[in-house]
Amino acid sequence: MRDEQKGWKDIPIAGVCWKPATEYHTGDWRTFKPVRDQAKCTKCLLCPMICPDTAIKWNKATEDIEFDYNFCKGCGICAHECPVDAIKMVREGA
Amino acid sequence: MKAGQQETRAMNGDEAVAYAVKQSDVDVVAAYPITPQTIIVERFSEYVADGKVKTEFVCTESEHSALSACVAASATGARTFTASASAGLALMHEILYVTSGCRAPVVMAIANRALSAPINIHCDHSDSMAERDSSWVQIYVENSQEAYDSIIQAFRIAEHPDLLLPVMVCLDAFFLSHTLENVKVLPDEAVREFVGNRQLPLITNHNGEKVPFKLDPDNPITMGPLDLFDYYFEHKRQQEEAMQKAAQIITETHNAYSQLTGRRYGNGLVDSYRLEDAEIATVCVGSTAGTTKTVVDQLRAKGVKAGLLRLRNFRPLPVRDIKEALENISAIAVMDRSNSFGGYGGPIFHELRHVLYDTSSHPYVVDYIYGLGGRDMPQNIIKGIYKDLMEIVETKSVKEYVQFAGVR
Amino acid sequence: MVATISWKFTAREIAEKPELFTSGHRACAGCGPAIALRQIMKATRGPTIVTNATGCMEVVSTIYPYTAWKVPWIHTAFENAAANASGIEAALKAMKRKRRLKQEKVDVIAFAGDGGTFDIGIQALSGAAERGHDFLYVLYDNEAYMNTGIQRSGGTPHGASTTTSPGGTDIPGKTQMKKPIADIMVAHEIPYVATASIAYWQDLLIKARKGLEAEGPAFLHVFAPCPRGWRYDTSKTIELARLAVETCIFPLWEAIDSEYSLSPQSKIMTLKPERRKDVREYLKMQRRFGHLFKPKFEHVLTDIQKIIDKRWNKLLKKCSMT
Ligand SMILES: Cc1ncc(C[n+]2csc(CCOP(=O)(O)OP(=O)(O)O)c2C)c(N)n1
Ligand code: SF4
Ligand code: SF4
Ligand code: SF4
Ligand SMILES: [Mg+2]
Repeated sequence: MRDEQKGWKDIPIAGVCWKPATEYHTGDWRTFKPVRDQAKCTKCLLCPMICPDTAIKWNKATEDIEFDYNFCKGCGICAHECPVDAIKMVREGA
Repeated sequence: MKAGQQETRAMNGDEAVAYAVKQSDVDVVAAYPITPQTIIVERFSEYVADGKVKTEFVCTESEHSALSACVAASATGARTFTASASAGLALMHEILYVTSGCRAPVVMAIANRALSAPINIHCDHSDSMAERDSSWVQIYVENSQEAYDSIIQAFRIAEHPDLLLPVMVCLDAFFLSHTLENVKVLPDEAVREFVGNRQLPLITNHNGEKVPFKLDPDNPITMGPLDLFDYYFEHKRQQEEAMQKAAQIITETHNAYSQLTGRRYGNGLVDSYRLEDAEIATVCVGSTAGTTKTVVDQLRAKGVKAGLLRLRNFRPLPVRDIKEALENISAIAVMDRSNSFGGYGGPIFHELRHVLYDTSSHPYVVDYIYGLGGRDMPQNIIKGIYKDLMEIVETKSVKEYVQFAGVR
Repeated sequence: MVATISWKFTAREIAEKPELFTSGHRACAGCGPAIALRQIMKATRGPTIVTNATGCMEVVSTIYPYTAWKVPWIHTAFENAAANASGIEAALKAMKRKRRLKQEKVDVIAFAGDGGTFDIGIQALSGAAERGHDFLYVLYDNEAYMNTGIQRSGGTPHGASTTTSPGGTDIPGKTQMKKPIADIMVAHEIPYVATASIAYWQDLLIKARKGLEAEGPAFLHVFAPCPRGWRYDTSKTIELARLAVETCIFPLWEAIDSEYSLSPQSKIMTLKPERRKDVREYLKMQRRFGHLFKPKFEHVLTDIQKIIDKRWNKLLKKCSMT
């Protein structure tokens, strides 16, 4: 993801950041994708807690968790830790 | 406010600095003691202990931490001050660059002292000259009065929204730091008004909002990120731009301050002494200018057209003022109280010759390294330097460009 | 003083709390320290300013012009996180005194790695602790200098192979022991010191909150495995963090006003010693210890067990568990 390159007159001083990291998608790092079996999931909320990339979110409206594949790096922690084995890691593009 | 309302106090240079800091509504002082700066920290601690200031005083475990605390406090929106010298300044080296890079307007007093080894607590300028590329404004003072005046000006200069760079006020170890002098001080309110409140420019943050340039939980900003080859250079270019504006901010501040006190130090950047019709001149920074002025007067009395240029600012280098002051001088001797080992002269010499290279008159410029480790610079040595200059003018030749004055 | 209330962070409550350390940071997949930071930021109680030492977490979270931080954040250098925190706290105090602070209270957190804490930053940390600044210092311990390519630190454990303590033909990795940094901090007699692990998020959050609520310096030593530096499969980060506790190589405890007590996850190992796992199980999963399983270096495994037992028994004494 490349940014337009601004000149020194157009950026804030002191190296203050001007973009949120959420505009930088890390999902394309992934080779395996976590896929959840909704029927198995007990919504224990462990996986959103331990995802290093905040790629599993609690949706208050639907009362369910959601994977954000824009950011999931495919580490597999969620699948490994899920107490009911509700998550499988599936090869991307498979 | 009239100059007459000022009070005269007997103070040494360190005390004058501490007094100015006390009056400048400083929020955080973080410092670590080192001779000959110690008195500044001690006096200020007394002000804190006696409830004379509302400053938070952090007596850190090292100079590295002192300056680190100042940068972070400054980033949080506080007016900050520290003081150091020699080994202490050297220990801060890494954070000096961080301070300016974070655009933290920290003010620091340096009681210029030699660097080890061998260890020596006396005056020379090796410590601050080694930091000339750190993007700090550097002011060198001639006497304790100027130390007091410059500290007050320094806060206003550093915090100017167009500058936002740290400022060092350098005073000679012992010659100034420990020598009692009559210093005229302003009333507290006058200083308070002069320094004002710290101004925080607006800056665009990661939410695309314009927010005050400080660490504020209501308007978060991220400072000091990892900056790669794609933007680091742009940030350094911004710093140079700020330095370019510094000269004007320094002169404006100096003018405003003179209106208040009646005191002037040249134009705030350079201080010329009997240069108008001079044929030969010396150039120096710091307290040596005092002795040199006496020598100039003696020479003038004998009909020698001698003058002196004292650089008050070494950073930014007052290029235009140096040219204007010296371009019609035939021979110039720089007096450097520090050496650039293997560098063909000292730092002031390097820069001065480089500035004068562009003048059509091409004056002779020679260098005298003097006074290392506190070695005296008596009048007769300075006279000798002027004598050498006269000879250069006469013979139209230079025997030695770089010499050591006062070494056995 | 640390208040004696213990917070019950429910999973639901935490899941609904805004993310202050967001997605889009560039830590490696499965990064333990990233989990630590996320979780700790969920334990904040209000306005907070963060300072970060140089190291992986600083680098991955703020690659210009991006930032993963939703709180005011500053990094200045490697060895000075505690000095930065001192300055921020001093500024807040002064501004409050001068009625220039909008907030009633602003918390200060310093994050630093093991290099930034055990080694180059220990002077600044010790100084700040002695001066009594009110801040939470979080050591995220991935047991080596990861940002610069897996070099040893004072926090690297005995026997681990790093790029500056390689497991060679003659020398079996790091020959020294891990510095007992949290005990060193307890010796500073600060109000709160604790060890925690990302495998037990609730315990970690409670300890982080206790650290924030403590008036004065608090030190939190968080065990945070690094798949890249320890050389294991990225999915095993939490499992390793748990095994470290279960093998007693990294016990969980806290010291309130220098009074040690074992945390439940470690206490169970004394109450039910059969739950305690063999350290080999933990070591075997990581290739940084791979060389120790060659016959020539097997004695190191015994040494590691001895070190663990000695330290564990010492800890039990401190916790009045013997
Ligand atoms: C004064 C100084 N020395 C060395 C470095 C190089 N350096 C940057 S990060 C780092 C190691 C960081 O290790 P640690 O604190 O454990 O954090 P990690 O990267 O493992 O998260 C080193 C050696 C530096 N930035 N500054
Ligand atoms: S850990 Fe498993 S059961 Fe728990 S919320 Fe995640 S997918 Fe559902
Ligand atoms: S695979 Fe890793 S990054 Fe992706 S959702 Fe699971 S824990 Fe998060
Ligand atoms: S090297 Fe280790 S600590 Fe650093 S980002 Fe990668 S996984 Fe995290
Ligand atoms: Mg580390």
